[in-house]
Amino acid sequence: MGIRVLKGGMLTTVQDLGRYGYQSQGFSVAGVMDIRSFKIANLLIDNPENEAVLEITLIGPTLEFTSETIIAITGGDFSPTINGEPAKMYTALYMKKGDILKFGSARTGTRGYISFSSYLDIPVVMGSRCTNLKSRIGGFKGRKLKDDDYIGFRIKRRYLPFFLSRTLPQEDFSAQEAVLRVVMGPQDDRFSRQGIETFLREKYTVTSEFDRMGCRLEGPFIATASGAADIISDGIAYGAVQVPSHGKPIILLSDRQTTGGYAKIAAVISADIPKLVQRKTGHTVTFKAVTVEEAQAIFHAETEQIEAMRKAIHVPCREVLESRLTAKRLRKLLVQEQ
Amino acid sequence: MDNIKILTEGDSSLLIVFGEEISPAINAKIASVVRLMREQHIEGIVDVIPAFASLLINYNPQVLSYRTLRERMEALLSLDLDTQEAVKRVYQIPVCYGGKYGPDIQAIADHAGLSVEEVISIHSSCDYLIYMLGFLPGFCYLGGLDQRIHTPRLSNPRLSIPAGSVGIGGSQTGIYPMDSPGGWQLMGMTPVKTYDPKREVPILVNAGEYIRFIPITGDEFLQIKDEVDRGTYKVKVSSGEV
Repeated sequence: MGIRVLKGGMLTTVQDLGRYGYQSQGFSVAGVMDIRSFKIANLLIDNPENEAVLEITLIGPTLEFTSETIIAITGGDFSPTINGEPAKMYTALYMKKGDILKFGSARTGTRGYISFSSYLDIPVVMGSRCTNLKSRIGGFKGRKLKDDDYIGFRIKRRYLPFFLSRTLPQEDFSAQEAVLRVVMGPQDDRFSRQGIETFLREKYTVTSEFDRMGCRLEGPFIATASGAADIISDGIAYGAVQVPSHGKPIILLSDRQTTGGYAKIAAVISADIPKLVQRKTGHTVTFKAVTVEEAQAIFHAETEQIEAMRKAIHVPCREVLESRLTAKRLRKLLVQEQ
Repeated sequence: MDNIKILTEGDSSLLIVFGEEISPAINAKIASVVRLMREQHIEGIVDVIPAFASLLINYNPQVLSYRTLRERMEALLSLDLDTQEAVKRVYQIPVCYGGKYGPDIQAIADHAGLSVEEVISIHSSCDYLIYMLGFLPGFCYLGGLDQRIHTPRLSNPRLSIPAGSVGIGGSQTGIYPMDSPGGWQLMGMTPVKTYDPKREVPILVNAGEYIRFIPITGDEFLQIKDEVDRGTYKVKVSSGEV
């Protein structure tokens, strides 16, 4: 009862919202990179909000199901197939024993998410199931998945009401540019007026130095007010934008170190971090300043939007009212069942 | 509240800066604020990261707004903050300076206008207060580095620094507990593991305790490393008054 990893892919890890409460000892939060896609993956199959998923990166894994369950796939488009047939993303999918779920390389986006209605049997370490690669704790043996790994399920398949309605529009990660809204500070006063203008006006390019810890950007030099922009090391928030003395921004992400000594000119707002983490090398970003009040209003709007999605999939599907469509979808389902 | 600044860091964190210097008094004040916050238990706070002279608070804006948290913290900071004195425990950490273990030691010496021997002597003749743990599991931020050997961080951080490396970054010195990217100038390496997830107590030291670096030769390094790998090495600890 579970999944066998036939191919591990490039970087496939067990993740949830992260391990909070231990940053004072130097433990990174870790957790998913794209919180929005993660939440949608879980809500499509009525999982608890913080249920652990698989996060896949750039080249996806191949998984064999050793028992039936229901899954959902969200995030970047890795051309998923089930037994060789294209699998629909952003849709609850019924998986049978022996089914092979195969991912290719990311056509759009960089990270994908697979949620499981039978819940991955991963021990909770310090309050979370997420993998902390750096500290080698949590997740599956504290590491990324490799060929021949096996993860069991905690429960048998659950019944999901409104199964046919459990589909949402697939999110599009094909854009090569993104506007990242930021709250300025805490150390924006370390930069010159010209430096701030450069930061908020110019385009920055995503480099290949982009991992779960952070994303280095290339672009115009951001000038400090005077000398080096080193600070007395302090705590680092999710999305903080550090500018070391080389003048190029580094955005700190899920596996960020808990503290650091480079001045932080701004921090990307929560709702826009998914836009950044789904960008590929060579894509560009620009920064736009908002106030903390505006950022929190956007945070609430984002939460409401996700709640609206939850409501949208908890109604009888409209096809039920149209017999021909219903027959078509039923036939498809029955064919799958055989 | 004098000189205390409350700053934003994105939509889910608040940074409280207590001063612009590294001092035991400021550090002790932060510890008492953290204690008070635990007692008051403010709903919506998900984590705190106390540092040298600041405190980062992670919160959930769904539960706690910026304005509310700011008001709560202003009220808390206006209280009289008591501080406690600690008993001095000093961990003796063996370090092999220079050579392949400390590729930047010459740069540190050049920057200071001193010889490599003088840099080693200065670095290893003082007890460093562990102000905080952070950056990596078990990474100690130490106070008390002699001004003569303060050295700026690398302008472009290294992508990988081996575990055990001892370095200087600005006015700070410390040990990398695991392989990691980083921007400090490297002066040596200890065979001791300050963080070992397989050990019963993964993190060797605690904030408020002290570290002293003991210079060792390359041969001694290999000998101690062997004992560490076999699990027989015990770090020497001395205690005394603050």
